[in-house]
Amino acid sequence: MEFDIAIVGAGPAGLGAAIEAAGLGLSVIVLDEQPAPGGQVHRAIEVRKAAGRLDGEDDRDGAALVAAFRASGAVHRPGVQVWWMDPPAGGAGFRLVATQDGASQGIAAKRVLLAVGALERPAPFPGWTLPGVLTVGAAQILLKSGGNLAAAPLVIAGQGPLPLLFASQLAKAGMVPDLILDTAPADAWRRALPHLPGALRGWRQLARGLHLMLALRRSPPHCVARVREIEALGEHRLEAVRYRTEAGWTQVPATILLVHEGVIPNVHAAMSLGVEHVWDDGQACWRPKLGVDGETSVPGLFIAGDAAGIGGWRVAAIDGRLAGLRAAEALGASTDAARRSRLRLERRPHAALRPFLDALGRPREELLAPADATVVCRCEMVTAGAVRAAVQAGATGPNEVKIRTRCGMGPCQGRLCGPSLTMLVAEARGVPPAKAGHLRIRPPLKPVTLGDMAGIPPEDRAG
Amino acid sequence: MFRKPPDAPAGVTVFVAGQPVRMAAGESAAAAVLLAGLGSSRSHPVDGGARLPYCMMGVCFECLMVIDGAPGRQGCLVPVHEGMRIEPMAGLPDLAGAPP
Ligand SMILES: Cc1cc2nc3c(=O)[nH]c(=O)nc-3n(C[C@H](O)[C@H](O)[C@H](O)COP(=O)(O)OP(=O)(O)OC[C@H]3O[C@@H](n4cnc5c(N)ncnc54)[C@H](O)[C@@H]3O)c2cc1C
Ligand code: FES
Repeated sequence: MEFDIAIVGAGPAGLGAAIEAAGLGLSVIVLDEQPAPGGQVHRAIEVRKAAGRLDGEDDRDGAALVAAFRASGAVHRPGVQVWWMDPPAGGAGFRLVATQDGASQGIAAKRVLLAVGALERPAPFPGWTLPGVLTVGAAQILLKSGGNLAAAPLVIAGQGPLPLLFASQLAKAGMVPDLILDTAPADAWRRALPHLPGALRGWRQLARGLHLMLALRRSPPHCVARVREIEALGEHRLEAVRYRTEAGWTQVPATILLVHEGVIPNVHAAMSLGVEHVWDDGQACWRPKLGVDGETSVPGLFIAGDAAGIGGWRVAAIDGRLAGLRAAEALGASTDAARRSRLRLERRPHAALRPFLDALGRPREELLAPADATVVCRCEMVTAGAVRAAVQAGATGPNEVKIRTRCGMGPCQGRLCGPSLTMLVAEARGVPPAKAGHLRIRPPLKPVTLGDMAGIPPEDRAG
Repeated sequence: MFRKPPDAPAGVTVFVAGQPVRMAAGESAAAAVLLAGLGSSRSHPVDGGARLPYCMMGVCFECLMVIDGAPGRQGCLVPVHEGMRIEPMAGLPDLAGAPP
């Protein structure tokens, strides 16, 4: 059967879109890697609700969104990875291939919405491949899904709202990190302050941030500001963290180091479908070039939520709804213009905080130009120096560097080294990142086994 | 690496390199490895070094492991079930590099 709309991602954006489109009577399927709906922000929310562990307004509103999705009539396929997508051709619609428990299945749909969210900005530094180094997001997932706590001594290094949020969640679980290294550039507040008046329109969220900071005051973790560089040290596992401030280098023992340098849109799937992307200078990342309500340069394909540009979960849910309405309209459903205006109005205060957070969260220079010896590609263990050397030897873009160095050729397919590749090529060539270009992404979107390929029924075989 | 506080929910038992680990339903195989305190869930195909899960959300592929006998599973995306057997992995599984 062909669905009217296939949505990849059951986070706030995907759920919002599904609720709207299914509400208009369209056939909707939502595919997601996770075992339950909610996305990154509302991970395991149904389990936490059943256990009476919902905490605050965000949790409650998220649980309500998931409940509305469950009642919407949209088909939910959890635990599946979409690893192949073909744009419409020869009169047929989109064709997706997904794997569930090792078995492949094909899905046909007239419209596709990518609501695949964000990923944590890859932050290469010496020693980041050592066991014991994880991202803050990883530790938050361990805490949200199972109440698990990191072993001490615990060091958190990074910037942006997530480490703050995570530290406050840890505090509620009765744990204080041994050290927090704040890597925000020294001039971050000076650059962000002009945006503060605008941000005040999003005062509720701003107040929540301040509340988090004050909550941490009660049992304050030891915090060092203006950290320029970090290093993870150890033979076979993390043993110590070294960090540099203006005062020089300091070393502390550590069992777990959690890093976080902000989040960037997850562009992998969109790039594989040939969606046009633009380089976001302020946030140093690629994002899809979008028209009204999530329309992309590929007819029939929509993108919403953090995958379209970082806006936080409430903006994602609203933009998902708007994209769902537009996709439905394109299929002939009649939608209510007043409802759209209401959604746009509702969006405003949530979006108001962004310029302030963006200015505050611009990554530090050391992160964007790693030292020669630093590994940028974890899969193939390619260093920044090797990438620079490949450019010096004549490679003009990420794809040529990939052929010469294998950077981006491993199982993560450049998800972690892609942004570094663009930055390093730009730096070595002395051109803006937009000119350096990005890796060409081809399906399969995930490394699949020959068995997966063989498991596709012939009528569904892509390509 | 990670520990479960005494009051945390746990209803499933899995075996990481033979060692039993109690977990909540919905948690991932990669979480089991971190709770078991295993020093390495795979040896890296390029440098042979020890690796453990890094992102827990399907991005980095550091969590490739052997689950119920199947090599190369992305552990952070595989939910645990009662009696699941998880083993570390050496090198690369048999992956299809090129499209069909
Ligand atoms: C690690 C992490 C932790 C975060 N924690 C918080 C938090 O605590 N609070 C907060 O306000 N914000 C948090 N954020 C920001 C948060 O992501 C957004 O505000 C919000 O979740 C965005 O919603 P979304 O629907 O756009 O994407 P998401 O919620 O990220 O949902 C995207 C979904 O797509 C699925 N997906 C992606 N690719 C595929 C594929 N190929 N096949 C199948 N499914 C796929 C993913 O499994 C995911 O469930 C976090 C971000 C990250 C990266
Ligand atoms: S831990 Fe990164 S993909 Fe599983």
